[in-house]
Amino acid sequence: MNAAVEPSDKELVELRIPSRPEWVALARLAAATVANRLHFSIEEIEDVKLAVAEACTAVIQHEGHGEFIDLTCEALSDLLRIRVRDSGRHGLQRSEAPNMNFDEARIAGLGVFLIRTLMDEVSYDVSPQTGTDLLMAKRLGVPGH
Amino acid sequence: MDIKVNVREAPGDCYVIDLSGEIDVYTSPKVKDAIGELIDRGVYFLVINLEKVRYIDSTGLGVLIGGLKRVREHGGSVNLVCTNPQIKKIFDITGLVKIFGIFESEDAAMKALV
Repeated sequence: MNAAVEPSDKELVELRIPSRPEWVALARLAAATVANRLHFSIEEIEDVKLAVAEACTAVIQHEGHGEFIDLTCEALSDLLRIRVRDSGRHGLQRSEAPNMNFDEARIAGLGVFLIRTLMDEVSYDVSPQTGTDLLMAKRLGVPGH
Repeated sequence: MDIKVNVREAPGDCYVIDLSGEIDVYTSPKVKDAIGELIDRGVYFLVINLEKVRYIDSTGLGVLIGGLKRVREHGGSVNLVCTNPQIKKIFDITGLVKIFGIFESEDAAMKALV
């Protein structure tokens, strides 16, 4: 008989993907798997998937992004903390994207809006030296909006 | 992960685009091309069926918005068929429910086009 495996007090999952569109699905799948381990609802898992994908997409679509995106998922008892980092030169700072037209900038803004709406806590740090460092968290049982 | 795109002609000078799979930064160019090709051929009334779409992100929304913008320049329209509550939620929280006609069935979406 298989006993249910419950997460311990803290579990950490780290994933490095190439900063290319074809790898974003893997990042969101990894985050969804961790959210599922915390027994998030299907709706909450979908929120997490979308937020992670938007963060990765924002990095990828930005000129000057790094070669890799590092995803860290920290599973606590009722909290999922996610960190998305890239080693690019510009990151999420949209005003520094000279080749992004107005419509593209609006869509990028939509991505950031979705992250802020779907997650309970969001902060990010952008520096030309270290790239983007986005931190977000979602609590179990708190609706995304 | 992939997106399947099927384009078919419907009565009344309009076309239906059936999408199946996931629309994200990787797959959305394929959707953009399908919509763009129809508009380039002078098709300005479209129904985009999202019933079999499991996932959409801002790049997918951007492609749909871009298509709507282009057909509206020619007096056209884009209606969506969407029954997946998670996809509907994305349209809802982004406010896109106000700019797209979103319907539960293809018939309803077609009827509302004209």
